[in-house]
Amino acid sequence: MSTRIEKRFGELRAAGRGGLVVFVTAGDPTYEVSREILLGLPKSGADLIEIGMPFTDPMADGPAIQASSLRALKSGQNMKKTLQLVREFRAKDAATPIVLMGYYNPIYSYGVDRFLADAGKAGVDGLIIVDLPPEEDEELCLPAMKAGLNFIRLATPTTDDIRLPTVLNNTSGFVYYVSIMGITGTRSASDADIAAAVGRLKRHTDLPIAVGFGISTPERAAAVARVADAAVVGSAVVNRIAAALDANGVPTPHAASSALDLVKSLAAGVRAARA
Amino acid sequence: MSTASAAQPNSFRTGPDEHGRFGIFGGRFVAETLMPLILEVEKAYAAAKADPTFADEMEYYRAHYIGRPSPLYFAERLTRELGGAKIYMKRDELNHTGSHKINNCVGQILLARRMGKTRIIAETGAGQHGVATATVCALFNLPCTVYMGATDIARQQPNVFRMKLLGAEVVPVHSGTATLKDAMNEALRDWVANVENTFYIIGTAAGPHPYPTMVRDFQSVIGVETREQILAAEGRLPDTLVACIGGGSNAIGLFHPFLDDREVEIIGVEAGGDGVETGRHAASLTGGRPGVLHGNRTYLLQNDDGQIIDAHSISAGLDYPGIGPEHSWLHEMKRVKYVSATDQEALDAFQMLARIEGIIPALEPAHALGYVRKLAPTRAREQIIIMNLCGRGDKDIFAVAERLGTKL
Repeated sequence: MSTRIEKRFGELRAAGRGGLVVFVTAGDPTYEVSREILLGLPKSGADLIEIGMPFTDPMADGPAIQASSLRALKSGQNMKKTLQLVREFRAKDAATPIVLMGYYNPIYSYGVDRFLADAGKAGVDGLIIVDLPPEEDEELCLPAMKAGLNFIRLATPTTDDIRLPTVLNNTSGFVYYVSIMGITGTRSASDADIAAAVGRLKRHTDLPIAVGFGISTPERAAAVARVADAAVVGSAVVNRIAAALDANGVPTPHAASSALDLVKSLAAGVRAARA
Repeated sequence: MSTASAAQPNSFRTGPDEHGRFGIFGGRFVAETLMPLILEVEKAYAAAKADPTFADEMEYYRAHYIGRPSPLYFAERLTRELGGAKIYMKRDELNHTGSHKINNCVGQILLARRMGKTRIIAETGAGQHGVATATVCALFNLPCTVYMGATDIARQQPNVFRMKLLGAEVVPVHSGTATLKDAMNEALRDWVANVENTFYIIGTAAGPHPYPTMVRDFQSVIGVETREQILAAEGRLPDTLVACIGGGSNAIGLFHPFLDDREVEIIGVEAGGDGVETGRHAASLTGGRPGVLHGNRTYLLQNDDGQIIDAHSISAGLDYPGIGPEHSWLHEMKRVKYVSATDQEALDAFQMLARIEGIIPALEPAHALGYVRKLAPTRAREQIIIMNLCGRGDKDIFAVAERLGTKL
C-alpha cells in the first residue's frame, strides 16, 4: 500500500512538475486562524503540508519560526491540539499529505507509542524530527516506520558521500535537502549548488527530493522546482502571518488570507517552472 | 534500559557506552548539519587522549597558566564554628580567571587547534565560562564569539567587560527568556551556520556526546588532586564530598575519581531558588523529569507538554533547566545523592565564609556551602567533608549588594 506522500509525488511526476511544500506552525497565531490557513492550503496550491509542532527551544530555526513557535505556545497550543488540528484537516481533505515537523522532546514527553498511535489515527503521514539523526534511530524512526508513518530525513551540505547512505537508510516518503549550512529563513543557496546537490542525492536514492531553507519568493520556489521534486517554503509564509498581527499580537481579519495569497503566488511560480 | 531499579554496575567509571549513553542518558540529539562534526570531534578527542604530547601540553598549561594543583584547604575556623565534621575546601577559585571553568577551556581549545579550527564560540550564563573561553582564545590568538542572554548581560556587567577586554565579541541573545538556555540555542545556531571553521567550547558537562565525557575528563583533575591531597593530609579518603550543580561540571570533576570508592558519600547540591516547592528554582533532578534538549537526554525542567520551563536562581551560573547526563544516571543509580539549597541559604553561606575564613565564594559554591552548614554539625568530629570551592565571588558582589539593600 502506498502512502499519501508516495501517491502525491507520483501524481506530480505524472503531471511533469515539481511540488510545493508549505510549512506552518500549528496554532500560530491562534488555533482558529491556524485551522483556517491549513484548510485553505490545498486549494491555494500547496501539494504537501508540513505542520510545525511548536517547541520552546527550536535550535535549528531562525527568528521567524522561533517567533511563530512562541506565538503558538502563548496562544495555548500543545501536542493534543496539534493532533486535533490534523484530525480536523483530515476530515475535510483525504488526499493532501501531512508531515509533522519539530523537535523530539514534546514527542518524548507525550510518549512515543502513544504519539505514533494518535498521530496515525489523526491522519498524519510522516515525521521530520530535526534533532534525531540516524545515530538515534531506535528512539522514534524505527517505531514510526513500524507504525506505518514515513520518517523523512534531513540531508545537508555537510552530509558527504560517505555519510549519505547512513542518512538514507531507514528513510521513506521523500528526502528533505537542507540547502544551506545554517538555520531556517536566513541565507539562500545558489541555483547551481542546489542542482548539484540534488544530482548527488539522486545518485544515492530513488526517493523524491524536496529542497528547503532560504526559499521565500515565487521565483526562488520556481528555480528549485525546476531541478528538485519539490520546494519547501516556511519562514516566508510564517512572516506573512506575523505581519498580519496588530500591535498587541492579535491577528487581524486578513491574517489567514494574506498567508494564503502568498501560497497562491508561490504555487503559480512552481507550476510554471517547467512549462 | 537503566532505571532506578537496574542492577548496580561493577564500576561507575566506565561510561559512557559507544553511543555516548550513561544508561538511557546522554546521546547525540543534534541536527544532521552538526552530526559529521560531532563524530569528528569524538574521533579527534579519542586520538588526543591516546597521544602523550596532548597530556604533556595539558600538564604544562595546568602548571604554568592555570596554577594547578589548587590547594586542599582545611577550614579550621569554619569547622569549629559548625562544631562537627572537619571541613576541607578544594580551592579551585584560586585558578587563573577565578573558577574551575578554565580547566575545561584549556583542554577544548587545544583540541580545537589539533582539529585545525580557526574560530571559537561559547555560551555563558554568569560569564565565568565566557571569561575562561575568551582567556584561552586570547592566549592562542583565535577569534572568539560568546553568546550571552540579554538578561544575564544586565546582571553580570563586570564579566561582560572582562570578555571584551580579552578581545571577545559578546553577542546579546534576546530570544526566549534571554538566559543561559537561550544563549546555548543561539550558539548552536551559529555552529550550524559556521560548522566548517568553528569549534564550540561547551562550558558544562552536557550537550551531545562526546562533550559530557570530554568536559568531565578535563575537570577530573579536581578530583584526582583532591584524592592525593586528602591522603597526604589525613592518610585516608574523605567521608563525604559536596559540590554545587548547575550543568554539573565542577561536581563531576570532583566526584568522578571517587565514584568507585563506595565508602565515600557523594552529594550534589542543586539551586533551590525560592524553594523547590515554589516552582521557582533550577533543581532539574529534584524537580524535573527526563527529556531531550541541547543534544542529550537528561533530567529537565519542563511542563506536561514537554516545553522547557525557565529555571530560577540567584546564581546566573546555575540558572539552567537541565543537568549533565552523567548526573542523571548517577541519580537514578543512587550513587550520588542530590539535594538543593535555596537562594537565601546560599546568600547566608556567602556572607558567613567571607567573615569566618576570609574567602568570598562565588554564589554557585555558596550553594554547596549552604548545604555543608546543615550537614557538618550532624556529623562526628572525626569525619571529613570536602567541598568544592569552584569559583570566587568577585563577580557576584554587585548582585549580592543589591540583594542586601546596599548601594555600591
